[in-house]
Formats: sequence, structure tokens, C-alpha cells
Amino acid sequence: MSNTITPKISLRSVEKSFGDRTVLNGVDLDVSSSEVIAFIGSSGSGKSTLLRCVNLLESIDDGAILLDGVDISLPGLDPDPIRRRIGMVFQNFNLFPHMNVLRNITLAPRKVLGLSASESEERGRDLLRRLGLQDRAEAYPDQLSGGQQQRVAIARSLAMEPEVMLLDEITSALDPELVGEVLDVVRELKGNGMTMLLATHEMAFAREIADRVCFLHQGQVLECAPPNELFVSPKNERTQQFLQRVIDSGRL
Amino acid sequence: MNETVPGSSNRPGTVASSRLARRRFERRQKRRSTLIALTSTLVVIGLLVTLIPQTPGWYKVKRSFFNGEVFSETFPRLVDAFVKDVQIFLWCAPCILVWGMMLALCRSVRTPALFPLRLFAAAYTDIFRGVPVILTILLIGFGVPGLGMDRPWNSPYLWGSVALVLTYSSYVAEVFRAGIESVHESQRAGARSLGLSSGQTLRFVVIPQAVRRVVPPLMNDLVSLQKDVALVSLIGPIEILRQAGIDKSKFANFTPYLGAAIIFLAITIPETRFVDHLMARERRRTSGTAIR
Ligand SMILES: Nc1ncnc2c1ncn2[C@@H]1O[C@H](COP(=O)(O)OP(=O)(O)OP(=O)(O)O)[C@@H](O)[C@H]1O
Ligand SMILES: [Mg+2]
Repeated sequence: MSNTITPKISLRSVEKSFGDRTVLNGVDLDVSSSEVIAFIGSSGSGKSTLLRCVNLLESIDDGAILLDGVDISLPGLDPDPIRRRIGMVFQNFNLFPHMNVLRNITLAPRKVLGLSASESEERGRDLLRRLGLQDRAEAYPDQLSGGQQQRVAIARSLAMEPEVMLLDEITSALDPELVGEVLDVVRELKGNGMTMLLATHEMAFAREIADRVCFLHQGQVLECAPPNELFVSPKNERTQQFLQRVIDSGRL
Repeated sequence: MNETVPGSSNRPGTVASSRLARRRFERRQKRRSTLIALTSTLVVIGLLVTLIPQTPGWYKVKRSFFNGEVFSETFPRLVDAFVKDVQIFLWCAPCILVWGMMLALCRSVRTPALFPLRLFAAAYTDIFRGVPVILTILLIGFGVPGLGMDRPWNSPYLWGSVALVLTYSSYVAEVFRAGIESVHESQRAGARSLGLSSGQTLRFVVIPQAVRRVVPPLMNDLVSLQKDVALVSLIGPIEILRQAGIDKSKFANFTPYLGAAIIFLAITIPETRFVDHLMARERRRTSGTAIR
């Protein structure tokens, strides 16, 4: 990695435990602007926790997280202005069920960015059009398919015009035939140069979209390499075992 | 395909006829359940009407509880007195809802610095939930005016209402708190990840969902408030219960109590039905297919 350009996001020996269970055990990683990183690893390896730490939804115990070279993990820092710059999409969408699609999308731009009702609505409708949901603006989340809900969740996040997107297994709760429509959106984001960190079980997709794939095991990044290296000739023994299991279960 | 449609007698295979058959089936189903409900109700009422008058004490009960003359004489006065109950209810209810919500929020704060607030709210709800309303009304209604303050401040209406607000806000606070806690953590995560502050998250995401969920138990509390307003009569005001008591003594007849009961029902039943209706409408608006 170049030393002269500040990485968009840096993780410096990040540690996090819940009680006496260590979940992140010294994670180091530099992510440059417009880079797409896919985290893979078995269930419980700490992928979600890592993404939640970057979004300051969890506080870290040790180490540092830098955004554009600025430490955002300092205790006592107001997390709200930072979260504005980092969007997050969750496995279970987390849409607000009492608001219709458009309100879901325009809430934060209005209350946080101070946009007027018409400005935020225009932004919301633009996004919905981009994601192919223009005719569902007035629907409520419970009236949408899973794939549609996840696309709304992505739109809601994009409405804040974040610099980085964190995607936590955004297709795991979806039926196979709905996965494609959500992945299309991620492809488009990559095309627009969005910096993304994503946790995924979709190996084929990780392989296609990621600039680097990072294998997480027991709270550590054991190997981080371009997909063609990591999937074809993994160096670490654990990575080999994990990929072998994935291949055996027919998921690659 | 048509075989799966119950009661279908049409040519198989045409979509239109299948739809028609389905509708006809649903209509018949509905008619049948209405019929069953109607017949069973009629049978029960018929039994009551024929059996009760055969009991030995029926004649006396009829004279002292179902006296038409006393009823028509006292009923208008009772309605007049009931206006007081409604008034007390109308100014107590908003205070209870606001104060109850504030208590619930105090109990739900997570900042360690605000711990004393949480402690206060917990102690408050424990105390007022644990004491019978009637005791609170008597203690406050007789105790505070005993301080000898001047006119508006010694009114039994005022202190009776204060007692009701104190007690009922503790009930309502618990209801609101349960609602707030029932909103899943992931909703907060969703809101906070967008940069909303914790206050904004509470206001726009958590509380609206919490309130929708607790409307039925809240309605319960409001209906019992409407009834408990009558207890204020114990410290003086002549509202419907007291008026009925006065008339009972005057005519040596219990019919005024029946009249009072009818008046209470005339307001509490529509209240409940109205909220049911609002809830059903909200559910239809925001949810997918209703599951039968
Ligand atoms: N709030 C919490 N309290 C206690 N333990 C937690 C908490 N959140 C996560 N953990 C634990 O941390 C470990 C890592 O969890 P995490 O959700 O990050 O795994 P993951 O890699 O995302 O797994 P999956 O692929 O199943 O989503 C797990 O052992 C989990 O039980
Ligand atoms: Mg996870």
C-alpha cells in the first residue's frame, strides 16, 4: 500500500470483547478510497462485530479506527457526525415499520442534514428510481418483498450520501431468487466508486465484486488478498480449511 | 385447480368461475357463522327471561332495582351529574398520558449520569401502583385541604383529580415502558447508523412504535379511569355515584344505581369500540395480508 495517500479507513490492532469472550483480537487493515473489501469467515468469527465497531455501534476496547486519518474511536467522541459519513445496511433490513418507504428514506436527511421536505423527497424519489422502486414509494415495509425491503434499506442509507458503506450479510435473509436484485445494486455502487466493507457468505459474489477478500478467524484477519489469489491459492492453512468446507457444501 | 375450491359447482378450469365460487363460498361461510351466533344468543336470552322471573325473590328485586317510575324520575339528574365525571376524566386523562410518558422515559434512560432520575421514577411507580386508588384519594383529598389554603386550592375536585393523576400515571408509565422496551434493539441500530441522535431515535422511531403497540392496554387503563372518577365523590363532589346514592335514599330504591351503570356503559363501550376501529384501520394501512 502507498504510504503517501491516507487510507479511507484504517483499523489498527482493534480489540473487542463481550465479557470474557474476545471477539476481535487485534485486527489490522487499511482500506483505500473506492476499495471494496469482503469479509468472509465462519459464523461467529466476528464479521458483524467488526462492521458495527466501524460504525461506532459498538465501542472498541483497544486499538484505533481511523477515518481519513482521524481517530474516530476515541472515547467521548460524538458518534453522530461520523455515522452520517458511514452508511450501514443490516441483514434484517431494520426498516421502520410505521413509516412508508419514502418516509423511511427521508427521515434522516430531514432531521440530521436539515433538508427541506421537498428536497429530501426529491432525493428519495431519485434513489427509488435508481433502485427500481419508484412505484413503491407509498408502500409500508411489511407490504414489500424481502428483496425490495433490502433495496429500500440501501436507499435509506444512500440518502445520507455516505462516503463509506458497510454491508452486513445483506442477502442472507433473502430467498435465492431475490438475492440477484440486491447484488445488482451493490455492483452499481461499486461502479460509482463507493468504498465498501461487506460481510458475506456469498463466495461467488465476494469473488466477483471485492478488490480484496479478508478471511476472519477467531477475531483476527488471517489473510487478505485479491479474490483470485485468496480463492485460488490461499496461503493460510485455516483459510484453506474454510474454503474446503465451503466447496464441500457446494457454495463456491 | 377447480377441485381445490370448496363448494364449486361450475365448469372446471375457467378462472372466472373459480373466483365466483370462492366468493360464494366465503359468503356462505359468513352467513353460517352469523346464524350460529344469532341463534345461540337468542337461546341464552330466552332462557334468562323465562327462568329468572320464576325465582322466589324476583318480585321484590324487580320492584327495588327495575322500578320504571323511579328510573324516569332520577335518570335526567344522573345524566346531569355524570357531566362532572366526564369533566374530571377529560382534564385528568391528558395529564396522565403526558406525566406517564415522562415517567416511562425517565425509567428508560441509559445514561449513567441520569441514574437518580431512573431511581425516582422506579420508586414513584412502585409506590403509587401499590396503594389502592381509593386510599390515595382519601389521603390527598382530606390531607392537603387540611393545610388550610384559600379557595381554589382547597377544592376537592382539584385534589381528587391530583390523586387520580398520581395513581394512574404510574399505571400508564408501566404500560409505556413495556412498549418502549418491546421495540427491538435493531430499530435503534438502524436509526443511529443513519446519524440520528438518541433523542431523535426515541422520538421518531421508538416512541411511535411503542405507543401503537400499547394502545389496547392503555385503553384499558382509560376505561378504568373513567370508572374510578366516581371514587372522587368520597371526598365531596356530587357526581353521578353520589347523586345515585342520594336518590337511592330518597326513594328507598336501588334503581338509580342501575341508571348510573347504564350511563357508564353508554360511554365506556363506544370508547373501546372506537379505539378498536382506529387500531384495525392502522393495521390495514401498514401491514401485509392479515392472517386469519
Ligand atoms: N452483544 C453481544 N454480547 C455478547 N456476545 C456477542 C454480542 N454480539 C456478538 N457476540 C458474540 O461475538 C461473536 C462474534 O459475533 P458476530 O456477530 O460478529 O459474528 P459473525 O462473524 O457476524 O457471524 P455470522 O456469520 O453468524 O453473522 C459471537 O461469538 C457472538 O456470540
Ligand atoms: Mg454476522
